[in-house]
Amino acid sequence: MKKLFPAGVAICAVLFAYAPIAIGRAPYESTMGLVQKIFYFHVPSWFAMFLATFVCGIAGVVFLFTRRRAADAVAVAAAELAVLFGLLGLVTGPLWARKAWGVWWQWDARLVTALVLWLIFAAYLLLRKYGGPGSERLAAGVALFGMANVPFVYWSVHMWRTIHPLTSVVPTLPRPLAGPLWLSVAAFLLLFVLLLGMRSRLERLRQALDDAYLTLEEQS
Amino acid sequence: MKTLIASLVLSLFAAVAAAQQPPPAQGGFVPIDQLPAAEPFPAAPLVIAAYAFVWLAVAFYVWSVWRRLDRVERELKAVTARVERGARP
Amino acid sequence: MKHFLAAVGLVVSKDLAIEWRSREIVYTTVFFALSCVLVFAFGFVKENRQVEDAAAAILWIAMAFSGTLAIGRTFERERQNETLRALLASPIDRPALYLGKLVGVLVLLAAVQCLIVPLVGLMFGGRFMAHPAFVVALLALGSIGFAAVGTLFAAMLLRSRSRDVLLPIVLYPITVPVIIAGVRGTAALLQPEPDLVVARSWGAMLLCFDVVFITLALWTFDAVMSDGA
Repeated sequence: MKKLFPAGVAICAVLFAYAPIAIGRAPYESTMGLVQKIFYFHVPSWFAMFLATFVCGIAGVVFLFTRRRAADAVAVAAAELAVLFGLLGLVTGPLWARKAWGVWWQWDARLVTALVLWLIFAAYLLLRKYGGPGSERLAAGVALFGMANVPFVYWSVHMWRTIHPLTSVVPTLPRPLAGPLWLSVAAFLLLFVLLLGMRSRLERLRQALDDAYLTLEEQS
Repeated sequence: MKTLIASLVLSLFAAVAAAQQPPPAQGGFVPIDQLPAAEPFPAAPLVIAAYAFVWLAVAFYVWSVWRRLDRVERELKAVTARVERGARP
Repeated sequence: MKHFLAAVGLVVSKDLAIEWRSREIVYTTVFFALSCVLVFAFGFVKENRQVEDAAAAILWIAMAFSGTLAIGRTFERERQNETLRALLASPIDRPALYLGKLVGVLVLLAAVQCLIVPLVGLMFGGRFMAHPAFVVALLALGSIGFAAVGTLFAAMLLRSRSRDVLLPIVLYPITVPVIIAGVRGTAALLQPEPDLVVARSWGAMLLCFDVVFITLALWTFDAVMSDGA
């Protein structure tokens, strides 16, 4: 796995270097013009965020029932990335919306639920940081419940009016616009995997450090 | 018992998901070649701000993880050395 | 099954008996909910008239805030004298312990709602009596969903630092669907022409939420509460 890391970084760098070119070359969208280009980083950010939340939830469940610390390390890493990519989505969205809809924020269900999901994982990080010993299990519970929330959050969306572009936009995207999008999606997902690896490694090292200190204590 | 509960919860999710009607397809993106002539509101600052934020945020995060990794690795090396010294009689 | 229900009943009666002696939590929670409603009134009233649509929102927000306090205080009681550890060590099923705590919290919330709902109706002109059964059903389903998540998290956080502020931090984002569904459903019922279809669909969502989250809580209660590997 370690040997793949530099290759992954190289590929990711190439994808991110090429992405602006592909995005720049893509034709303008008829109603939104230039500002629609934000879409190429906005959507992949949210994809990465949702992936991160599910990874965190699943790793949390594995940790809860097997107590394997490697799972906990992945869970923390994924939660941090969920907050990071969610932040990217929450910032690029309003910047796009300001031009496309005329307002920075809409109390429409899709936006609100995305914000709520982000808040849940920010709460996860706060809990890990300030909850004291034993907070790994509690945080895993929070992540699991957060993950379980997603269908309900989507359900609220369907029961409300929304002016956010409907999910069906992505599958019906015309070819010239789809290319750069999927390129960006690939770039973001690869970036997620690489960052997850890095951050989990940090967490594993921290666990090893704690063990080393404990051994030191026992010796003295 | 636990598997039963787990499968119950999962099937409930599936039911919820299956019950969702796909929204009426509307608002698809339509590509054009050139921008229309007059723009009442410049979009360029927004686009630049969006991409700049993404790059900066990701760069900051990578730097932050790198820095923390560095610190923990150094500390771990130091503590492991102390442990080994203590283990030797 | 009988043993399970008996255990639940034991936990509930223990909690209610303790509460009945001092009535501390129920009184303080009711008064807190009251002040909440009052503060919102100051925030919403325009030109000496009440804003009618606010009734549903204020009711549910007051319930969320006072519910969080009540749940936190209920478990704080278990922290003194380490009674929660004793409960965990006792030979009852852990899920039974969770359900018992949940029912106790719900009884508390019901008592608070009995006083707050008429008050909100009076102060904000909400026509709660148009479809009382529906309103009660929505409140019940919403309270169950809220309390189900809250009870689990409060139990989990019992031995944590900063638990007072961490409970709302973790609880509110996860119970947002409950609040949304409760407010929109109640608002649909309070309209001049109550929209029963909409209210029913929000009620259905609440029911689904309750089932899923109680199941999840029962599934994870043991794993989350136990100490060792």
